[in-house]
Formats: sequence, structure tokens, C-alpha cells
Amino acid sequence: MSVQDFALAAEVAARRRWGATAALLALVVLLCVLSLGIGPVRLSPLAVIEALFGGGSDVAQVIVREIRLPRTILAFAIGGILGLSGAALQGLLRNPLASPSLFGAPQSAAFGAVLVIALGLADVRSYALPVVAIIAAFGSVFALLAIAGRNAGLLILILAGLAISSFAGAATALVMNLSSNPFVVLEIAFWLLGSLEDRSFQHVALALPFIIVGGAILLSQASAFRALTLGEEAAQSLGVDVGRLRLYVITGVALGVGGAVAVTGTIGFIGLVAPHLMRPPIGHDPARLLVPSALTGSALLLAADIAVRIIPSTSDIKVGVLTSIIGVPFFLYLIMRERRALGGGVA
Amino acid sequence: MTLLSAAALNVSLGSRKVLHDVSLSLAAGHLVALVGPNGAGKTTLLRALAGLIPSDGDIRIGGDALASLPLRERAKRFAYLPQGHMVHWPLPARDIVALGRYPHGATDPARLSPRDMEAVLRAMQAVDVTEFSDRRVTELSGGERSRVALARVLAVEAPVILADEPTASLDPRHQIDVMQKLRNVADTGVLVVVVTHDLGLAARFADHVLVLSEGRLAAQGAPDEALSEAVLASVFRVSAYRAEFQREAVIVPWADV
Repeated sequence: MSVQDFALAAEVAARRRWGATAALLALVVLLCVLSLGIGPVRLSPLAVIEALFGGGSDVAQVIVREIRLPRTILAFAIGGILGLSGAALQGLLRNPLASPSLFGAPQSAAFGAVLVIALGLADVRSYALPVVAIIAAFGSVFALLAIAGRNAGLLILILAGLAISSFAGAATALVMNLSSNPFVVLEIAFWLLGSLEDRSFQHVALALPFIIVGGAILLSQASAFRALTLGEEAAQSLGVDVGRLRLYVITGVALGVGGAVAVTGTIGFIGLVAPHLMRPPIGHDPARLLVPSALTGSALLLAADIAVRIIPSTSDIKVGVLTSIIGVPFFLYLIMRERRALGGGVA
Repeated sequence: MTLLSAAALNVSLGSRKVLHDVSLSLAAGHLVALVGPNGAGKTTLLRALAGLIPSDGDIRIGGDALASLPLRERAKRFAYLPQGHMVHWPLPARDIVALGRYPHGATDPARLSPRDMEAVLRAMQAVDVTEFSDRRVTELSGGERSRVALARVLAVEAPVILADEPTASLDPRHQIDVMQKLRNVADTGVLVVVVTHDLGLAARFADHVLVLSEGRLAAQGAPDEALSEAVLASVFRVSAYRAEFQREAVIVPWADV
């Protein structure tokens, strides 16, 4: 074994990872084009690309650039930040079952947003909505990690997450319960299901800045997640400020999830599923999983949002409902797969 | 020559005072065994020395006050091996050892500088783990995993190694093997502090023994002084069978039942 063998082994592994990431990127681009083409008026991929760059008929241009582009951008960005948040939380907690939705972050963000809507504090399209949603999400993740403590086992994290998401759900129900206007209640109920329908560039402007900042914060911590593979103590001895890292992750997840929930309602389980799908091709290194998990999240939400437009039904299916319907069985499958570890070392 | 010293070290965890007025002075090139009954504060002392937990008192490393050093600088001076060789994700052994270069700015095992790569390779060769470089650590046996963990610590190339029970849960052959490897490292001029429950290993391999009892240093010195009949009786409540085998000291703890 020499330095050359070493470098070679590292290069082979890197090439495989790049291949997988490039394939994923191609898939995301394809799904974007499909998403722009599907709706009441179906457009071919060629027509979509033409319209996107200012060619084709005026009608096609309006449909693609003004109606479907914001929706597609949101699906891409929100799926991405959910996948990234899941991978980051799994890295921080060294636990493959960690995810924003299991910890009640989207539910808490939804509560914050519902509060704003119900109290009529602000217009649905004002920045108050994402800001309050972000604060609520921050509060929930912070509370979760504070309750669970350092080196918390899975059991504690899941139980605390269950408690927090139940509490956020109950608080949301209370707000709706107390609301005197039935139209507001109905609007909130539908909004909570999670949807990307009829979203405009105003919504994009509302969510995107927070998603970008949150995503950048999470990505900047990549190598610290890798050091955490050895546990908090060893990571600290390698020069990682674990306390600060936790705060960064909570902030990044809250910004991303809060911003996303404020414009789409709750969309669950993408953060849990995305990193899992990437472990076979990319490996278990939590730092390397971040970008592929974000791309997978984008692909999943784009695909789900295309699916709800294709599935024939009398009333439209909400994308958040679809991701949960698919996500929960996947979660059960994961529990089954991790059963042995769960039974043995929960503590 | 003193490399690491502590004066009037006091540590409290929550409301409980764990270490009382511990003062010590350790030299480069020594293998120091830190022994004591369960709950004596051994791990706490090791953590405090590495600056992983806050403490009152003056810890000095190579002439600098530990408190004045930033996290990254501490990480270069202390290589810390926690109990249990915990690895949370099934990474290849090579990537785990490469984490030892993290304090030197090499945070990505796929992009190591030639210097970092050589350090990783040296560390792996020193403890004989190059053959399972590509294997996932979670698939290795306990003995192999402990050697990978040791390689990770060696790769830091720090002047001080603090190892918390590196021989726990290993079979006798591997216990001796790990201690011998640490002995070799100490002989290259590194200060190695090892927490152990095995008084026999301490007597055989250590230059200097620290005996901790209820948060206080009960004795310290060369193995035969620090592990004297009186100390074993008062601290561990055991006596010992003592002998010499192949010109090395043998201690077998003994308690009447």
C-alpha cells in the first residue's frame, strides 16, 4: 500500500459519486421540463423550452413562464431544502431516522403561519408569514434538541418529536377552533394539506430568500457532520464547536422549512426519504450526502407535483397528502429495517 | 521535561464536584497510566486535560495556557480517543483514519494533500490496518476496529495522546497489542495518557502511574511506587500477587472472597 494506491482508491470512489450526482441532476432538469409542460394545456418538452426562452405562441409563453414556472421553481427549491434539512439533521444526530417532519418542524411552522392568517395580522402574501413560520420552526427544533439533550438516543428524539408535532397540531386546531370566520377555517384547512397550486412569483419571492440562506448555512457545515461520525466528544476534540454547529443546523432548518411551509403548507417525509435513497449510490458519509439529498428532494417533490396533476380525480389531490401517503409506508419500512438496532440500542 | 501540567484542577459536573485539586506534571515520551476505581473521575480528568469540559485551575500544554488556545489549536495538540471507539456511519476505515487530519484543515478524505495522505498512511502502517483500508469499520471485528480508532488518533500527529480505556472489551492478545503500540508511540517522544482498569497492563507498560480516588490524586509515580501495597489496599481495596516475568513487572490484583 502506497500513497499512490491511496489516491487511486479515493479517486475511483469520487468518480462514482460524481456519476450518480450528474445523473440525478439530469433527472431534476427532465422533471422541471415535464412540470412546465403538464396541466390543463399539455405542452411538449420542445414547446416548453421554446416558450421558456421567449419563442412559440404568446399563450404558451404565458402558461409556461407565468403560471407554471413559479410552481416548478417552488417544487424544486422546497423539495431541495427539505431533502437537505433531512440529511443535515441525520448528520447532526447521527441517526438515519431524523427528519424535519418527524421532529414537528413543519407542523410548528404551519402553526405560526396559521396564527398569522387567523388573527388577520397580515396579508397572506406578506413577509410576516414566513418570518413567524421560521420563528415557530426554530422554537420547535430548539426545544426538541434541548429536551432530548446531548447524545440523545433515537427513542428520546422520536418521542420528543411526536410530542412537539402533536402540540403544534393541537395549537393549530385550537386556532381554527377559535376562529369565527368559517371561510378562513376552510382556507387554512386546505392550505395545511400542502399544495403548490396557483403559486405566483410573489410566493417565490417570499420563500426563496429564506430557503437559499438556510440551505447555504446547512451546506457550510458539511465537514463538521463528517467529524461527528466519531461522536460529539471526538468531533469536539478534532476542533468542531459542537454547540455552535447545533445552533447553525437549527437555524438553517428553521429558515428553510419555515420559508417553505409559509408558501406551501406542510409537505412531509421528503426530508426522511431523500437521504435514504442516496446512501446506496453515494455512501454513508454525511457530508457527501447533502447535495445529492437536496437534488433527490427536488426530484421527489417535482415528481409528486406532476403526479397530482396527472392522477385523474374529481377534486385535485394536494401534493402534501401524496408525499405523506407515499412517505409513511417508507418510514414503516425503515423502522422494520432498523428494527434490530432499534430493539438493541435505543437508550 | 514537562509537556503537560495541571495545577489545582477542579471540575464540577452539574452540582457534583468530580475533581478536587488535582495537580500533575507529565513529560514528553512517557506512557502514563491513569487508574482508579469506577467513578473516581478518570474520564473527567482526561476530558478536562483535553479542554473538552470547562475546569477551574491552570492547565498548561507546551508552555501555553490551555484556556488561551483556540479550538483548532487544541485539536492539533491533543489527540483524544473516547471510550468505545464509536463510529456512527459505516465509512471505510481509510476515511475514519483521515479524520485525524481534520485539525490540520484536511476536512475531506477524498482531497488530502500529499502530506496529509502520508500521515494517514504512516498511522495506518503503525497499527497495521492498511489491509482493511477499504472495508467499512462497522464490518470489522472489535480488535480491528480498536486499531482503526488508534490509527485515527495517531494520524493527528499530536504531541499528546489521551486514550480512554483503549483496551476495554478486547481479548488479552489485543489488549497487549494495543498497549505495545501506544508504548511504541510514546518512545517516539509523544506523551501518551491511558485510562485503564488493568493494573497488570499499567505496571508492565507505563513509565508513570496516576491513581485517582474519589476525584483526588491518591498517588503518582513510577508503577512500583504508585501501585504499592498500601495504595492498592486503600484505593482499590485489593491486595496483589507480584512477580517478575521475562524481566517485566507482573501484578495480579487479588481480593479475598
